[in-house]
Amino acid sequence: MAKMNIIQAITDGLRVALSEDQRVILLGEDVGVNGGVFRATEGLQAEFGEHRVVDTPLAEAGIIGTSVGLSVNGMLPIPEIQFFGFIYPAMEQVITHVARVRMRSQGRFTCPMVIRAPYGGGIRAPELHGDSPEAMFVHQPGIKVVCPSNPYDAKGMLLAAVESPDPVLFMEPMRIYRAFRDEVPEGHYTVELGKANVVKEGKHISLFAYGTMLRVSLEAAQMAKDKGIDVEVVDLRSLAPLDRDTIVESVKKTGRAVVVHEAPKTAGLGAEIVALINDEALLYLEAPVGRVAGYDVPQPLFSLEDIHAPDAKRILHGIEKVMNF
Amino acid sequence: MMTDQQNQPVEGLTTDQLIDMYKWMITVRHFDRRAVHLQRSGRLGTYAPLEGQEAAQVGCGFALEKRDWLFPTYREHGVSMVHGLPMDRIFMYWNGRPEGCIAPDDVNVFPIAVPIATQLPHAVGAAWASKLKGEDTVAVGFIGDGGTSEGDFHEAMNFAAVMKAPVIIFCQNNGYAISVPLHKQTAVEQLVDKAVGYGMEGVRVDGNDVVAVYNAVKKAADKARSGGGPTFIEAVTYRYGSHTTADDHTRYREESEVEEWRQKDAIERLKTRLVELGVWSEEQDKAAWDEADKVVQAAIDSMHAQPPVDHNRLFDYSYAELPQHLKEQREEMRQLYGNGGAK
Repeated sequence: MAKMNIIQAITDGLRVALSEDQRVILLGEDVGVNGGVFRATEGLQAEFGEHRVVDTPLAEAGIIGTSVGLSVNGMLPIPEIQFFGFIYPAMEQVITHVARVRMRSQGRFTCPMVIRAPYGGGIRAPELHGDSPEAMFVHQPGIKVVCPSNPYDAKGMLLAAVESPDPVLFMEPMRIYRAFRDEVPEGHYTVELGKANVVKEGKHISLFAYGTMLRVSLEAAQMAKDKGIDVEVVDLRSLAPLDRDTIVESVKKTGRAVVVHEAPKTAGLGAEIVALINDEALLYLEAPVGRVAGYDVPQPLFSLEDIHAPDAKRILHGIEKVMNF
Repeated sequence: MMTDQQNQPVEGLTTDQLIDMYKWMITVRHFDRRAVHLQRSGRLGTYAPLEGQEAAQVGCGFALEKRDWLFPTYREHGVSMVHGLPMDRIFMYWNGRPEGCIAPDDVNVFPIAVPIATQLPHAVGAAWASKLKGEDTVAVGFIGDGGTSEGDFHEAMNFAAVMKAPVIIFCQNNGYAISVPLHKQTAVEQLVDKAVGYGMEGVRVDGNDVVAVYNAVKKAADKARSGGGPTFIEAVTYRYGSHTTADDHTRYREESEVEEWRQKDAIERLKTRLVELGVWSEEQDKAAWDEADKVVQAAIDSMHAQPPVDHNRLFDYSYAELPQHLKEQREEMRQLYGNGGAK
């Protein structure tokens, strides 16, 4: 089995999708000759041709809008939005059409597609390059939102997204694209969407995280262990729909929880998880559920981004606050 | 790049076809008038009338093949009907029923797009897919004059030209975007001028001349099918009524202007022509209006005969498979409100 980092696993997954299904078409800005600004589509145009790996005009609404038409007429588009924070011009297409075609036509038309979008700070690019706007899409019914945290899941979830009959927004943790390698199987395999993963079992407190924040949370869990706190770390993987059973089960076991994300705190995914725990496991709680998130400020320039995103120190602080309630 | 189509007899367009078009135009007009009345009497919600634009829509519809795709705005009832969308479905849509959005399986009419111009990239994408699949299917994206100011119009036009997509961007320039007249919408003299900027062929036609519209669309469709790429068509027309039944057009334009356009009425023009050709009489005309009334009444009856809306439709098509939280919400709805639908 080959060792791959996340970006390599995604490229490999895209290659498998292109090989297996003639309907698959990759489109986006710089995805062809250049192989994408992060090289996620490196070599794919040379391998599959310029009709299947397409350099488009610089127009996000056009990329997502034409993907709707491609999809309803039988293709399976995998559009790339160069940075998640660049999706705003295409918000209208995602919210008003991608997410609603099935409902609006009462199933007569569907528009499965996989929108790939690298998110989050930490790459020293200005402002919107580092945005994490996932909550806006989680709020919109009709679309799935997923986010892998490691190379194995990245490929397996990507291929599961390609098989999904509903559109999937596939967030990619760009800060850790090349941070580490894992064993990644060759060829086709899938990791079921909608399922969280208990990465580390623990008995005192549950830590819910996804994407870039997963490894930071594991680091915080290790620091907590030194203080005698046994943390359970759950990789959410799917933000919409949430794996509610796994979340609730974990909280029922530990009685305490902290949600971690890089996106701003207010009305973020953490708020939804707090509400879920409130609904399903209130009487199991020993303390209010904590949230460790990006501050409620616009994504800063990079001299400030390291203190904007949660780090292990801040997560540990959040854990201790809940433990000491 | 621009051509002016004259209202001349057309090669390949028989008088029978002209009569068919005429019958469709009066059916569409009658449908439209009944829809406005139904709204006034509280039996339809807000409705977007099209009276005045029948030639643009019927001419366009006649020039297309059954397999072609339509991506309509909320005012394309005429062309949608001609293309095979059942009239009762259109009534149901304006009656607020989800069934109104369902085209029959063999009719490629996309559901109405409410946000302006957003359907144009879809048309381009569908056309692009046809090209990739090696099919000679054409997609038509509809737009009004106001819609040409939207960003999605620009992105769609640019994509269409770059991808050489077999698409027609069919613009019915009816002079107004709700209340805003064309000269406040754009600084170009005619909308067709915009096509040049995208490297796309543009054609401007008299939108109240059904034969001219038919010819322009037919030619653009033939070109698209044979790999010639997209065409922008500006059909110059006018809506006699308000933007919707919630709008009052007397607030922003003179009655004399409406009257001027009524003098150029497409239905009257075609009728005169048919009479001149010796293939149409007042008796036939009366019979045709009576027939239109029967067809429209049957569609209205069908709408009224529908059982109450099935509440489950609120959830059924949100995802291919309903997630757990939606199953729970649906159950909660059933407990409180029941299933609705046929008793």
